[in-house]
This record gives sequence, C-alpha cells and structure tokens, in this order.
Amino acid sequence: MPADRSHLPEVAPDPPFRFPVVGRHRLANGLLVRTIEHHTMPVVSCVLQIRGGAGADPPGEEGLAAITADMVDEGTGPLSAIDVSEGFARLGAEYDVEVGPDATSFSLTALSHFVDRGLSLLADILIRPSLREHDFDRVRTLRLDRLRQLKDVPPAVAERAFLFLMYGDHPYGHLPIGTEPALRACRAERVAEFHSRVFSPARATFVLAGPLSHERLLDLAAGAFSRWTSGSPDSTGTEAANVEPPDLPRRLAIVPRAGAAQSELRIGHLSARRDTPDYPALLVMNAVLGGQFVSRINLRLREEKGYTYGARTGFDWRRGVAPFALQASVHTAATADAIRDTLTEFDAIHLARPPSDEEMALARASLTRGYARNFETAQQVARSVAQLALYDLPDTYFEEFVPLIDAVEQGEVVRAAERYVDGARATTLVVGDDQAIAASLAPLGYGEPQILPPDA
Amino acid sequence: MTQAAAQGGREADASLPFVKHTLANGLDVIVHEDHHVPIVALNVWYHVGSRNERPGRTGFAHLFEHLMFEGSAHHDTGYFPPLQRAGAVLNGSTNTDRTNYWEVVPTGALDLALWLESDRMGYLLPAVTEQRFQTQRDVVLNERRQNYENRPYGLALMAIAAALYPEDHPYHWLTIGGADDLRAMRLEDVREFFRTYYHPANASLTLAGDLDAGRAFELANHYFGELPAGARPGPAPPSSAAAVGREVRLLLEDRVELPRIYMAWHSPAIFEDGDADLDLSADLLANGKTSRLYRTLVYERRVALDVSAHQNSRELSSFFLLVATAAPGQPLTDITTLIDLELRRTTDEGPSGAEMDRARAQTEAHFMYRLQTVGGFGGKSDQLNAYNVYRGDPGYFSTDLARYRSATSESVRGAMQRHLRLDRRVVLSVVPRGQPSLALAGSEPVSVC
Repeated sequence: MPADRSHLPEVAPDPPFRFPVVGRHRLANGLLVRTIEHHTMPVVSCVLQIRGGAGADPPGEEGLAAITADMVDEGTGPLSAIDVSEGFARLGAEYDVEVGPDATSFSLTALSHFVDRGLSLLADILIRPSLREHDFDRVRTLRLDRLRQLKDVPPAVAERAFLFLMYGDHPYGHLPIGTEPALRACRAERVAEFHSRVFSPARATFVLAGPLSHERLLDLAAGAFSRWTSGSPDSTGTEAANVEPPDLPRRLAIVPRAGAAQSELRIGHLSARRDTPDYPALLVMNAVLGGQFVSRINLRLREEKGYTYGARTGFDWRRGVAPFALQASVHTAATADAIRDTLTEFDAIHLARPPSDEEMALARASLTRGYARNFETAQQVARSVAQLALYDLPDTYFEEFVPLIDAVEQGEVVRAAERYVDGARATTLVVGDDQAIAASLAPLGYGEPQILPPDA
Repeated sequence: MTQAAAQGGREADASLPFVKHTLANGLDVIVHEDHHVPIVALNVWYHVGSRNERPGRTGFAHLFEHLMFEGSAHHDTGYFPPLQRAGAVLNGSTNTDRTNYWEVVPTGALDLALWLESDRMGYLLPAVTEQRFQTQRDVVLNERRQNYENRPYGLALMAIAAALYPEDHPYHWLTIGGADDLRAMRLEDVREFFRTYYHPANASLTLAGDLDAGRAFELANHYFGELPAGARPGPAPPSSAAAVGREVRLLLEDRVELPRIYMAWHSPAIFEDGDADLDLSADLLANGKTSRLYRTLVYERRVALDVSAHQNSRELSSFFLLVATAAPGQPLTDITTLIDLELRRTTDEGPSGAEMDRARAQTEAHFMYRLQTVGGFGGKSDQLNAYNVYRGDPGYFSTDLARYRSATSESVRGAMQRHLRLDRRVVLSVVPRGQPSLALAGSEPVSVC
C-alpha cells in the first residue's frame, strides 16, 4: 500500500529513557569523583575539570591559564613532550584540553583495557608536569604566532573584539589565548606558580564514564589521583563570576578589513547568568528567536533574504553574567540590512510579535524531544556530568530538564525576552570592509563608529 | 611505554553488523540495530557529486543539495520545521563523489522522517520555485565567501585541484564550484539533474538505531517502494587522465600573515592498493606530536608553526596533501628542504617497528571509536552507506579494518616510493599579498576566485 501523502504522519511520544545515574565520591585529598556506568562500547571517557579558566588570569597576564594547560602535556619526570604524546598514541588514546572562562578541562578517551595506563599518564602530567623553561619558550612562541595568524581569521577577530566590547577589562574580557603583550611578558615561573595554585584536587572534579561498575571506575580514579596533594593554599582571590561587569554603553564598532567579501557580525549585550531561574525560559526564547535553523533570525536572514550561509543567536554561558548575541557572516552589501533585521527581531519577540503557540510548541519540542541523543557516547555523558559540576547543578538535572522546559509558558518567554534581550542595549560589531559599508551604517542611529584594530 | 602496551589483550573485535535488502525499484535498504538509546538514524546517499558536473556549470550538485531542504510536492513548506518539532537533528553534505542526507530522530518520529525523505526523493520538483532557487543560490554564494574567499588560505585547494587535474577532469574544480558558474545557473538545470541522479536506483538508505529490522524494511518499502526506479546513471563522460609528470611550482598571494607550503601528489583511489598505506604514512609523517615532521619542523628546529598530511581518498583518484605553515621569518625553501629530506629518508627506510606498532594501536582504537554513534556525519549509518555505495558491500567495515591491520613497514614504504615522488608533485606557496618573493623559487603565479 503506497504511503498516504495527504498529511504528515503522527509522531509517537518519546519512549522512556533512563538517564545516567551519577555515582558521587570524594577522595581523601578532596578530589570529587563522578562515575557513570555506560554500557555500550568498550570505551572509557574521562574529564578532569579544574575550577579556573581564562577568567582566573591575573590582570596583565591574559593567557596564563591557557598556556599552563598547554604546558601540561609537554613532559613529566623523564618523559619529554614527544614521549607523552607517544604514550597516549601507543594506547590509541585521545587526549584533549579545553580552556573556558571558568574552568579548564582535560579529557581522555581510551579503549577499556588501556584506560588504567592512560589514566596513569594523565595523572602524571597533571600532577607533576615538567614545565621546563625550554618547552615553555617554544610553546609561548607558537601561541604568539597563532595570535598573529588569528588577525586574519574574521570569526576569531570578532570573538576577541566582542568580549572586549562586552566586558572591558573585566576578567571575562579576553579570549583564553590572551593578548600579545601579556604573552610576551609571561615567564615560566608564572606558569609554575599558576599550576601550583590552581591545579589542586580541592578545585577539581574527575568524571569517568564507561562500561565498568561504579566501584571499578572509582578504583581507577583513586589509583590515578590519590597521590595528588594540594599545592600552595588557594589564594585565587575573587572568582571572575563574582566581579561586577562594567556598565558599558551600546556602540557600533568596526574592525576594518578592506575588500572583505563578507562582514562578520556580532550583535548583543550582557544578559544573564547560568544560574538564573529564568534559564529554561531563556532556552525556549532563544530557540524561537535564533538558536536553531528554523528560528526567526535564520529564516529571515538566510532563508528569506539569502544574506548569509547561517545566522545564530545564543548565550555564551558562564558562571557569571553571559553575553547574549547574534553571530553571522553576511554578504558585505547586506551588512546594514542584516543588522537592522536582527535588531528588529530582538525587540519584536517581546513587543510586536510575541511567540505564537506554534512557535512555542516547536521551540519546546526541539529542546526536549530526542534529548536522549545527548547521552549516546561515553564522552557525551562525561562532558554533561562535568557541566553539572561546573554550574553546581543537581544530579537529577537530566531527569528534570524535559519537564522543566515543557512547563515554560509563552508569558514567561515574553517576560524573559523583555528583561534579557533588548535591541536598544545591543552593541554591534562588524569585521568588514569599512569603506564599503560606512554610508549604509549611518542610518542605524549609532553615531560615529568606534574603529578597533584586529587585535583589540 | 613498551611494545606490550600496544598489543595488550584485545576485547571483542570492532564490527558493524547489518541486514541489506534491495527494493524492487532498486533502492538499497540497510538496517543496523542498536538499542542503547531510543533514537533512529536515517541516512541517504545519492551517488552523485561534483564529479558529475560539467565545466561552466560547477557547484551544481551542492546547490541542488540545498534545494532538497526547501520542501517537496506533498510538504511544500520547508524540510526542517516538522523534523525539528519532532526533536530531530538533520543535515546534508556534498563532495566530489556523493551527496548525503541524514536525520537523527526519536524512535516515535521514524515514520515522519521516512515520509519526508521519500517525498523529496520522489516528488521534489513541484516545490522548487524560481524564488527558492535564487535565494539558495545567494546562500551558497555566501557559503563560498565565508568558507573560501574570506578565510585565510581558503583558496589554496582550488589552486591545487586545478593544477592536479586537467580542465575536463571532474576533480579539476572544488565542490563549492565557481562563483560565475553559480550565477549562470538556471532553474531548468534543476529538473534534468533531479531526473538523472535523484531516484531509488542511484540511492542507498540506511536505518540504524533503536528499531526492529523486520519492521524497518516494511516501513522502507511502504514509503519508498512506490517511487519509480529511474535509470542508473551511465558512466561519467571520459576525461583526460590525471597525472603530474614533473614538479609544478605555484604561487598564490593571499591575505595571510605567514607563508604556507602545500605539496600534493596523485595517489590511489579509495580502497585501492596503497590507499590505506598512504593514510598511515600521513599520520607517521605529519599528524600529531609523535610524527616525524612535527618533531623536526615544529619541535626541534622550530621553523614551522604546524604541519599536517592527509590522504584524500576519492572514487576516481585520490590526492595526498602535506601542509606546513612557516614560523615568522623562516623561508619556505628551508622548510621544503627539511620536508624533502624526511620524505626521502622515510621512503628509503620505511617506518620503524615502533611506528608500525603505534599505527596499529591507533587503528584498532579508531575503528572502535567510529562505532559509538548511530547517526550524523561519520556515524554507523553513514559508514554503512559509504561501504555500500563505493564497494557494493555494507559489510566492508571488517575488510577495511583488515587493510590497515595487514599494512607493514614494507607496504607503507612501497606506497610512498610509488606515489610520493619529489619530481612528480604540485608545490604551492601561499604568501602574504605583495610578497611573492617569499614563495619557492620558480613558482608560477596562479589566480583563483
């Protein structure tokens, strides 16, 4: 029998899904351990997350957290940087580092039967990295050269300038890689000092997910990290999240890029903290406005106008107040129109065009239906549980997520948009051909644009 | 670490079981059950890519892919909304050889996804309007600006493809196509392309995830069985043989801070003899801190910022690419000399035993890691379709793994000797604008746009 094409098939409700049960443990040295039994493949994924990221860079030492993280696998004991990489490679293990605003995460994925050896090496490099002067000099030079290269990468230029426009000299106001003067001034002793101060079991959470029992996973964690002792007492001062951001005026800023085929755009303002009770409403609001393909802004800028390959909005979440922003790369000739359309949409969601029932249903469902797919691999699970630790969320978070989002009503979304998204407060940053676009930007009402260098 | 580490007790072998049936209209349907998470992956490959385009009409296969998301006859309002409302994630991509489309849906939305996939396979054209065509052409022109024109070194591969392959060879151009060609396209071109390439006999459908195989085949037949077969496309039009008989030196000026050297060689087609050996040689030469060139260029001598290599495996013929970015003030000539020295040494001596052990350990692990996701790019459903379309055998996973397991120092050395010859390659210097003297001596300026 051929398919009935007069209407789309009904969608059946999501089957029940058992979210990971998180085992909570604490080693004698204070290290928090989280274990998750994930029985799919013979693969174990681990994340060692340390409280302290780019936001912990002391003033004038922007980039210190990231270069310290980079130095971790540059050797330990008798092993050189090459030996360390060789050690992981001979296990087929994958080692990765991520430096965020509030935390630094070291992750390792390995076949189950190699995981003890992988963890032993991971613990060695984290607890006792060599931090040799010679390696530091090479790594710092590579990072300086990378900074230089980034001046030609429009999205990177925009990221860097936008953080500066949002936060000024607040600890969140720079990329993890830091700035050229700070990196030039950095010394190996500062890396050693940062390491002994921040890399402490008392500031860390270790998450393991794999096809092993909680007991076995805990044994692995203890076997690798029990010998880790706290260094100098924690004296990191006020956490970046608790530093009040400056109240900066809305601006139009341009990083000139003569002859650029497109304008790289960031439009937004400081908005909300990850721990706001409005978080569920903000997720739904963003899904309506610009968080996904079918959101208003992408449909307008891409599917209706063809200005861009894609436009998205979102919160750059962190423990402190996060920016809400649009990001898109648009055809140079469409720059002013794309900015105008975006600002219009920022306001319309709580004024002229509050979300329709249809939009609300779509936004909620896109966040909740199929939520289970985020728990397919051991790495996804380990990372999700590390997020719980980063944001002080309860272990019941995954179970509660779907009902919480499903309960968000249209009125809450409008109120959240009213409070957290405002075209009149939005700063606009353009990395693009200033000569070609200057005249068209004038009617936007921003006044004279601020011109920024590519390494602002 | 000792050799024993790399040879520790192996657990269950990596394997990718499946069932395959071909519908009466020629559509291959492959099913793989995995009940860990209540999701199903749909994955469709059409055996068409930019290699089926003609000079002057390049970029068409990819532009067409965009139109597949704009709606079809019985659902004429966009492909994304009903699927995102059902909690799906979805995407598609085009390369030289194939176009793929996928959805990952909660199990309850399987019917919906099959309905939509089958509707665009069978009934796309009524939904393709002049307006949608124009808009998606603008979107693609913006994709081109974003990923090629406005990106440092973004035009290098265009120059390399054009130099490796003669003008009438379908790998002469990149999948994104030429900007002028994209502008010259007409709505009428869509019709012919759809009729030629988008039908069951030129497609492969894989369903993987939390579903019962028997029920999956019933559903596949229910939604796709009614579609007319269409003719399998004939062989691609003949083109000049691709060969580079000497060292071709090229120069491209770009908006970059630091010069970069690209070396490209013709190499065996995907799954052909030597393909896996060159894949392994890419890792041992230039990927990661353990590689020979990283050690020499970045770690010891500090003349380069980065180095990488890749065997770009494709259906008609592959190319092997080696790339290194100069550290400030370091001449490309010196870097090239060091690379050539290492290439010669490796080609003469072959990889060491320790290097082969490492490669084997990484192979075992990576084939296992590949089995962790059912859907999306590179997931199990995508792999089954790749093996089915390129080899006619979804079960080729184990043969593929065996290719890597059976590689030896001698086979890697042999493949490098045959294919990575210093006197038969394209060497492209990409240098900051206005500084052509930073290129290798004797490099011919090229312009791409």
